[in-house]
Amino acid sequence: MMLPRLRSPAGTVLALMTGLALAGCTASDSTVASKSPAVAQALPTELLTASSTPRRRLMTGQQYLNTIAYIFGNDIAVISPFAPLQRTEGLLALGAFSAGVPSGELQQFQRAATTVASQVVDDGNLELSVPSHRDSLIPCKPVDAKKADAACAAKFLKATGRLLYRHPLSEAKLASLVDTAGKAADQLGDFYGGLSSVLEGTLISPDVLFVNDRSEPDPKRPGRQRLDAYSLAARLSFFLWNAAPDDKLLKAAESGELYTDKGRARVVEMMLASPRLEAGVRAFFDDMLGFDAFNNLAKDAAVYPAETGTTLTDAREQTLRTIYDHLITKNRDYRDLFTTRDTFMSPTLGAIYHVPTTPGWMPYTFPEGSPRVGLLTQVSFLAVHAHPGRSSATRRGKALRELLLCQPVPLPPPNVDFSLVEDAKAVFKTARERVTAHLQNPVCAGCHRITDPMGLALENFDGAGQFRATERDTPIDATGSLDGTAFKDVVGLAETLRNHPALTSCLAKRVYSYGLGGPLSMADKPELDYLNERFAQHGYKLTDLLRAIVLSPAFSDVTVPEAPAVKSAAASTAHGTEVQ
Amino acid sequence: MKDYTRRRILRGMLGGTAVTVALPMLNCFLNSNGTALASGEAMPVRFGTWGWGLGMNKSIFVPKQTGAHYELPEEIQALKPIQQHINLFTNFNTFKDGAPLMCHHTGWVILRTGIAPTQAQVRPGETIDVTVAKRIGNTTRFQTLSATATGDVRDSYSYENANSINAPEFSPIRFYQRLFGPDYQDPNAPEFKPNPRAMVRKSVLSGVLDETKELSKMAGAEDKARLDQYFTGLRDLEKQFDIQLTKPKPLAACHAVKAPKDEPKAGLDATLVAERHRVMTDLMVMAVACDQTRVFNMAYAGETAATSKPGYEKPHHTATHEEPTHPELGYQEQVSWFTRRAMESWAYYVDALSKVKEGDGTLLDNCLVYALSDISYAKIHSLDGIPMFTAGRAGGKIKTGLHIDGNNGPGTRLGYTAMKLMGVDVPSWGSQSNTTSKEIGEILV
Repeated sequence: MMLPRLRSPAGTVLALMTGLALAGCTASDSTVASKSPAVAQALPTELLTASSTPRRRLMTGQQYLNTIAYIFGNDIAVISPFAPLQRTEGLLALGAFSAGVPSGELQQFQRAATTVASQVVDDGNLELSVPSHRDSLIPCKPVDAKKADAACAAKFLKATGRLLYRHPLSEAKLASLVDTAGKAADQLGDFYGGLSSVLEGTLISPDVLFVNDRSEPDPKRPGRQRLDAYSLAARLSFFLWNAAPDDKLLKAAESGELYTDKGRARVVEMMLASPRLEAGVRAFFDDMLGFDAFNNLAKDAAVYPAETGTTLTDAREQTLRTIYDHLITKNRDYRDLFTTRDTFMSPTLGAIYHVPTTPGWMPYTFPEGSPRVGLLTQVSFLAVHAHPGRSSATRRGKALRELLLCQPVPLPPPNVDFSLVEDAKAVFKTARERVTAHLQNPVCAGCHRITDPMGLALENFDGAGQFRATERDTPIDATGSLDGTAFKDVVGLAETLRNHPALTSCLAKRVYSYGLGGPLSMADKPELDYLNERFAQHGYKLTDLLRAIVLSPAFSDVTVPEAPAVKSAAASTAHGTEVQ
Repeated sequence: MKDYTRRRILRGMLGGTAVTVALPMLNCFLNSNGTALASGEAMPVRFGTWGWGLGMNKSIFVPKQTGAHYELPEEIQALKPIQQHINLFTNFNTFKDGAPLMCHHTGWVILRTGIAPTQAQVRPGETIDVTVAKRIGNTTRFQTLSATATGDVRDSYSYENANSINAPEFSPIRFYQRLFGPDYQDPNAPEFKPNPRAMVRKSVLSGVLDETKELSKMAGAEDKARLDQYFTGLRDLEKQFDIQLTKPKPLAACHAVKAPKDEPKAGLDATLVAERHRVMTDLMVMAVACDQTRVFNMAYAGETAATSKPGYEKPHHTATHEEPTHPELGYQEQVSWFTRRAMESWAYYVDALSKVKEGDGTLLDNCLVYALSDISYAKIHSLDGIPMFTAGRAGGKIKTGLHIDGNNGPGTRLGYTAMKLMGVDVPSWGSQSNTTSKEIGEILV
């Protein structure tokens, strides 16, 4: 196969696989095997030696729920016990690398653990047609349900512990858990009670709830470190699936496959082709687009009677569906997400968009000429970045800058003089008139020039995201500009945003930091430059960007910060050495 | 001395009479009048905080008189029924010194930590409720409890450090479940059967403690701090299991609470916020009465309050900046509307604590609630004179019904006073200009 050639920032000619070819690939070993070494050899020198930082990340609430659902099934009901993370460099997920757990939160973990464990061992209720979980989740039956049964406990704990801890349990660890389960069973007179108590304990273990990157010497490159295979599996899985590794991934780690070029490529293709990718992609965009705001969003029913809680829930869903369909199912250019007229519609949303619908979700394409063009014109973006009872050109412009272009807008100064906008005699019929007043004040103008000119192009949509031609009987002027490009309406804005160079580099930066689980530094610049170039070369396909990130040396190779002076031999684990 | 009863003294206080009661004397009354716990111990004194957003309109909020019997200006008229239970503190300052003014963040952070934050995301020190909880919160099921009336889990005024925020309860159903769900032990239940599970959980926990120690050994400094915190949390959990194995002391004030059936609708419409505040308050009050916690926080609004008024396009914060000052009234009319709603909820909160009989007095008598806003005059983000209240008598240690003028002194004096009353023995509190070692003597008995 002919490989396209790409010039690296340093001028090195790179031979790379096409994203398209791999996206369509079915991950057969032979196909990948022929390409993977080419990838490794083609990388510029500085990327071959690039590395990331090993981290200790707290699982996110959704990762916890996804993991529980994978291990024990979707019908185990539990509410996330995790406190909200602090948005760091544009992403909530990055807050996880520094998040601590106060005592109150740990109590919540314990409650959740009790809820999960009691369901895992419950015996169901035939009369109420509640199925027995223990029959399906515990792979054996004790000799006597009122007594300890070490063999059966070991069978369950070995398999479950491996998935929860994301690595096989050492013999000593397993023996300790079985012993504790046995004592608890005898004390309670209940084998299952003993088992669930130990399960509760594992569910609050810091080795389970924190994703601890462990490193090991890299056998191929003396003197350097890499993640151990289990930590690499976890990094891959939390990134692409937003959950802990599954059985197959752990097997790939166990067998050493993850650290062969062929093996790693095979696993990556398997993960990208898995339906579980949807959870990963949705989690990333939900985070990047600041959709956590939907958890508490409400509109003033007096102003927007049509916009109910269901509308807003559907608006969030609509955008996530659009994104997944566009980027993964159809493997389209990321930039076109901002000009596409393809989306999905629900009956509730139909009332806001004024389009006919049928029950359930259905694909929908807005007609040519419609002002609904791309993500910016979906109800989600328009409603989240507005007030409960009116639109906000400033909020929308700020969101566009910060969320989509990675351009932080300064906070408003504390000494703002609002006398112009609060003049009781002044009548501002439209948002444009009101925000234009800001521009007359030099203190305000500094920031409002950054946010308002593009936010005003969305003024044809009210605070609920409904189209309007006028505001207070005055025709809306939706002209605007973005970084030197002027446009006459929202279609022009969408096109300008689509072609803005920061749109794609922002995505690459966010995805890369999300994958590594922490904020980036200047040391990551060569990798980002490479990713940007490759992203462009392959038509801005997300799948290719994901592939490039997870196959890059920096994803698995780490630079370990200096270890504490005193080391304990006992701290070395069976599967690698604990690092910062 | 026999002629004095606690009730009589309190009545004197209610009437604004200056009655000085030394603490040992009060404890003596408590014991001799059956106001102590069945075990003979004195009633526990609890500490609460309450937060509202966007300050006040000074001209209609700050009373003209100081001391007792002050006239309530129109913005705080709602406090009439609880005036005798509270103290109002005005003209106290918060100092940012060299730090930038971060609009709605700086003020409350100073008043709750004593330290001016240097960035919006930076939370210096621990908040006062955490400090107090370390002193008085170790014997109850929960060291602290926090709740918000906004329905938004992100609205918290309590944290241990920059990266460890105590997330508030935001859903009445979840809050009820946490308080009175399966793990709840009714102190007044006729029988006590220790849960055998609690003992088992304790043994399991020792394995988790060992794992945490192992992880901590090889961690870098920052991660070690996080794991040490986790270790402390596990130790606290261990204490919880011990508490579950101990027969709770009967508490006459503790009654069953109805489980909330529905979640209030999402949104910050002032009516919804008031309703959510009412439900969360009722649960919190009973959590305190049932001695599930001795430290409790309630947020009526988060910083940069976005409470809305149906049909009015500007939420509270936007209105503070954009609403013109009414030419005749001399203040921002709509902004004041929002502040008045907050004061109604503050009145509800204090009243709810005062309605619970505890011994010869009320639950409120054995509480000290510290209430504050994030700012003074929101329109210009003024930190001068952020209004503060206390409610309750801290077990008879403070007087109430007073309006205190701080004379531009540091607002941290009130937090410092509260800590001293709660037994936190520190020589001073706060940093730089916010440092104080001076209690507000006017309110002390």
